[in-house]
Amino acid sequence: MKKIRLLLVDDESDFLSVYTRRFARRNVDVSTAATGKQAIEAVKSTRFDAVVLDVMMPGMSGIETLKKIKAIAPDIPVIILTGHANSEALIQGMGGGAFDYMLKPVGTDELYFKVLDAIKNRLVESD
Amino acid sequence: MIATSYTKLRWKLIGITLSFSLIPLFVLGYVIHDQFSHSYEEKLTSNLRLVVNNKRDSIDMFLNERVVQLQNLANTHTIAEMTDQVYLNALFDIIHNTSSSFIDLGVIGPDGCHEAYSGPFDLRDVNYKNEAWFNQVMLKGLYISDVFMGFRNFPHFIIAVKRREAGRTWILRATIDSDVFTSLVHNARTGKLGDAYLVNSDCKLQTPSRFSGKVLSQAKIFANPEGSDVEICKWEERGATRVAGITSLALTDWRLVVVESPREELTPLLRSQYLVYALFLVCAVMIFAGTYLTVTSVVRKLMAADAERAVMDAAVMQSSKMASLGKMAAGVAHEINNPLSIIRESAGWIRDLINDGELDGYEVLGELVEAIGDIDRHVERARTVTHRMLGFARRMEPVHENVDLNMLAKQTVSFLENEVLHRSIEVVCKFNQSLPLLTTDSNQVQQIILNLLENAIDAIGEDGRITLVTRVEGSFVAMDVKDTGMGIPSDQLSKVFDPFFTTKPTGEGTGLGLSIIYSTLNKLGGRITVQSELGHGATFTFYLPFSGAIPDQEEPCPE
Repeated sequence: MKKIRLLLVDDESDFLSVYTRRFARRNVDVSTAATGKQAIEAVKSTRFDAVVLDVMMPGMSGIETLKKIKAIAPDIPVIILTGHANSEALIQGMGGGAFDYMLKPVGTDELYFKVLDAIKNRLVESD
Repeated sequence: MIATSYTKLRWKLIGITLSFSLIPLFVLGYVIHDQFSHSYEEKLTSNLRLVVNNKRDSIDMFLNERVVQLQNLANTHTIAEMTDQVYLNALFDIIHNTSSSFIDLGVIGPDGCHEAYSGPFDLRDVNYKNEAWFNQVMLKGLYISDVFMGFRNFPHFIIAVKRREAGRTWILRATIDSDVFTSLVHNARTGKLGDAYLVNSDCKLQTPSRFSGKVLSQAKIFANPEGSDVEICKWEERGATRVAGITSLALTDWRLVVVESPREELTPLLRSQYLVYALFLVCAVMIFAGTYLTVTSVVRKLMAADAERAVMDAAVMQSSKMASLGKMAAGVAHEINNPLSIIRESAGWIRDLINDGELDGYEVLGELVEAIGDIDRHVERARTVTHRMLGFARRMEPVHENVDLNMLAKQTVSFLENEVLHRSIEVVCKFNQSLPLLTTDSNQVQQIILNLLENAIDAIGEDGRITLVTRVEGSFVAMDVKDTGMGIPSDQLSKVFDPFFTTKPTGEGTGLGLSIIYSTLNKLGGRITVQSELGHGATFTFYLPFSGAIPDQEEPCPE
């Protein structure tokens, strides 16, 4: 089975490293970005199967990043991570074309299955 | 403190209103009274003057008549005719018949001896040569004596006129009964304290006086009036004011004195004065009552307005407090969520290692699995807390949603779990499980339940039971919050929803909790009632409509 290529965007490095380690054990190739800017650069250079994006980031916000990613590669599914379900950011994110949202703290397995869903959904839509 | 300032305000307003209405009233009253009594006194004085003048004129007229009568007799008769005893007797009879005041009539020669005499006394041999009056009449031609007792021993006086006839001088003398003056003067007396009498130049009474005594006793001495004027004198006697009108007679140096007591004369005025006083008192009482009622109602309205504003202020403060609390809770929850994720995922990675068999054969594997389990469990516990905090923050936003009152109540009770446990209070929930969902603001409803629960805990103190009951009543859902506290006295039962009403010690309760609940329920289309008996706890019951009035949208709480 082909390795899934996932871009994980969060401002906290410990967060990135622990998820990277756990996703590696699930046959997922994780690239990381600490800022929205880095994420956009990564999307430009590499073709990812999915992006997991934290909406609470310093500098360029998650929502802005989402819009820019969608502008570069409209068909990449983006899953947003948020603190709580009723936030304005969530509504904007879903309106901005995110595939789905997940509430922090989120388990690796939950996120993994959500990523698989997103990829499956993308294949169905592109057919 | 608030109550005393209202009382102060009330009395201040009453004082100002009363002084602006009563002072003019009393000034007006005083001026009217002063003017009125002044003019009444003037009227009294002029009346007295009139009476004195009239009396003097009639006495003068009487004296004048007698004098003229005598002069006529003297001038129309010769001494020869007059000394004829028979003729004189006949003449005296005629005079006496027409005017009974004549007592006798005598003709006196220049030597002072009676030439002829007609009268009831035998005075034929009396010689007047050395009498003062004789010399005076010889000198002036007319003499009117003061009243004296004389030989006859009753008050009388004499009038004597002189006639010069063919070189011979003779005198016609008549004795006049002074009783006629008594009757003339006495009808000038008024009331019980009035007096009227004649005095001679030495202030000896010529007629009897009511208060100064019999004829010829000494009367009060007054100043001598000039000319024909009436002199008005005023003095105090036996605690009463007396006014006297004094005038001189024209033919003698006698004076007429008329004394009046103004108090007696003024009785009708005094009576109307008392009536006016009573009227003023009634006016003042009415003004006072009117002022009191008006000011009281104004102050009461002010108090109500102040209380209403305080409730509004408190509600605004409460909601802004809640909003900032919510903001803080959201921030804290976000900050904790990230570390929690990392802790859990790190533990998850170790679990991955175990699951993949990479740590097989490791001695303490069992304990490690246990430790991972502990980490998971406690991260989960912390996550519940952060989610609850986020939920609280979310509830600060007014949302109209389907509310399950049972769920909401259960959740609210969980907020107070520690407090309740600590005070050994048992919370019993008797929920109707088929309760319909409500379209209302869950945040505000939760606030109501929380406040009622807090009140119940305060009422119980320690060791007791709080019972929550939900049920359907018509198109309303009702919830009872029943405590086993000390209850509320029946006289305070109607006041518990009033703003600022509190039974807690000063500084501990704002007295606004229940009134905020009351107004919140009004906004949501519901209502609240209370039942209590002293010593048997209290039951607060609130009702919410299935589909309530939706309160005004407030600004959503920013993320």
